[in-house]
Amino acid sequence: MRDAFVTALTEIARADKNVMLLTGDLGFGVLTEFAREFPKQYLNVGVAEQNMTGLATGMALEGKTAFTYSICNFPTFRCLEQIRNDVCYHNADVKIVSIGGGFCYGPLGMTHHATEDLAIMRAIPNLTVVAPGDTVETILATRAIYEHKGPCFLRLGRGGEPKVYDQAPEFVLGKGINVVSGGEVSILSIGGILSNVMCTHEILKNKGVGTSVFSMHTLRPIDRRFIESLAEESRLIVTVEEHSIYGGLGGAVAEILAEMHGERAPLLRVGLDGDFCCEVGDQEYLRGLYGLDPEAIADRVMQSIS
Amino acid sequence: MQQETFVGMFKTGSQFMDTEKLALSIRKHAVIMTHLGKSSHIGSILSIADIVAVLYGKILRKRPQELDWPDRDRFILSKGHAGAGLYAALAETGYFPTDWLQGHCANGSKLCGHVSHIGIPGVELSTGSLGHGLSVGAGMAYAFRHDDKAHRVFVLMSDGECDEGSNWEAILFAGHHKLSNLIAIVDYNKIQSLAPVKETLGLEPFVEKWRAFGWNVKEVDGHNHVELSVCLNVISADGDSPVCVIAHTVKGKGISFMEDSVLWHYRTPQGKEFDAAMAELEGR
Repeated sequence: MRDAFVTALTEIARADKNVMLLTGDLGFGVLTEFAREFPKQYLNVGVAEQNMTGLATGMALEGKTAFTYSICNFPTFRCLEQIRNDVCYHNADVKIVSIGGGFCYGPLGMTHHATEDLAIMRAIPNLTVVAPGDTVETILATRAIYEHKGPCFLRLGRGGEPKVYDQAPEFVLGKGINVVSGGEVSILSIGGILSNVMCTHEILKNKGVGTSVFSMHTLRPIDRRFIESLAEESRLIVTVEEHSIYGGLGGAVAEILAEMHGERAPLLRVGLDGDFCCEVGDQEYLRGLYGLDPEAIADRVMQSIS
Repeated sequence: MQQETFVGMFKTGSQFMDTEKLALSIRKHAVIMTHLGKSSHIGSILSIADIVAVLYGKILRKRPQELDWPDRDRFILSKGHAGAGLYAALAETGYFPTDWLQGHCANGSKLCGHVSHIGIPGVELSTGSLGHGLSVGAGMAYAFRHDDKAHRVFVLMSDGECDEGSNWEAILFAGHHKLSNLIAIVDYNKIQSLAPVKETLGLEPFVEKWRAFGWNVKEVDGHNHVELSVCLNVISADGDSPVCVIAHTVKGKGISFMEDSVLWHYRTPQGKEFDAAMAELEGR
């Protein structure tokens, strides 16, 4: 996903000299070409995320579109107040990009697990929160947040994610993508876990359970009406995220369903249970430990409908 | 209870070039605003009244009737708790009517205790949490240099604010990138909210710290308008390093019983203390 992001940003930067990329001294080997082609639009600010976010705000207030780039929780939690007060209160055209959502940097330990970022960023006014499902969505999301004038948070995976789409889908901020339709169970996915959800879809199909799969790439603003209509039509709503079930996609959907009147589908939230992960292992291993592999997700769905 | 008003005490929207008069007006407004709003920080506001008066009266290139004039100098009050001082300066130099000031901290007013740009003409940046202004100012300065523009960015900070680590990230950055169009002014009154600076987190050797980070440091008497004017006037955007003006000031300056006192960081002027403060400022 990070390469897809840089590819998309390169095209954008070529056409718009007011696009600036600020990195907090991360992106080894990934940003090299960008830095070479756009020396006036690239800035390594050093290991200083608070300053990076303030700088980006100042640049944006003077007509730039400033992307801040780092990994895990560094461009978000480390400078959270700069995001809230400087970027978002001023509606500055700053795009916060985090590489390594969820357990992408699993073996590196707890500090590198981005597992509450969606929840916290979703709470900040004026901030559009986007987590694309694969590399194809990443390119589309990068263009979309550039075209959207105002603060955005782009939460990406790292690299090597399976491609879900053969053809580019229609991508509109705030609207989920219907990847597979026709099932009685609706699975809403956010971020790079989408490929696992697609496998879950196949597993359940073989068990005779039809599922529709939606990539809910935009967590804020959330497509409330769409989720309500889905809850009226479906047998079960499932949210899947490589993130805490509190405050992220599961939390957002729960808020919407809790305020519905009349008949609606029950909700199953699949994600992390809100504790720190103290285990050591790669992304696939940790996904397995926490019930985010395709089989475990399918088992949870089967339990819920039986 | 009838609300106190002080309409008519000041000239509205006049362009003061006499910075001493402007500073006095800022002080009077600030005492009334904190009195009416029952708000804190009068000591911090009085401390910067002369610096703000010199900036708005003489130094800043600005057009109050053309807020988006691109070539204006930018001013950021990073010590946002002294917002009443900035609001008073903006009102007195024509950005909005001075009678707005009466609503400081009042229900339904535009003027909150810490600086907000929402609905307030002339405010470049909302502040209030310390340690934000210098980074944003550095970003503006970087953008101007990127675009070959010559205007300057002034950031007024407090001494206590220099406890915030984020400032030192910005100080390191601006020095490294030689952002000569960035001017940090430190209101060095040597008292922070609970105690003197030297008893809280000592900043000395303060000048040497800034110099070590690559800044051109100047020291001035922050209440001497001639010194301030001379110092700030010669700063151009094409030097070879950012400029730090360490302004030695007295917290609560201008009202004898507030001067150099920790108490008046938070105490609000009410009753006889308010009357006495106004009497001093009016020379009664």
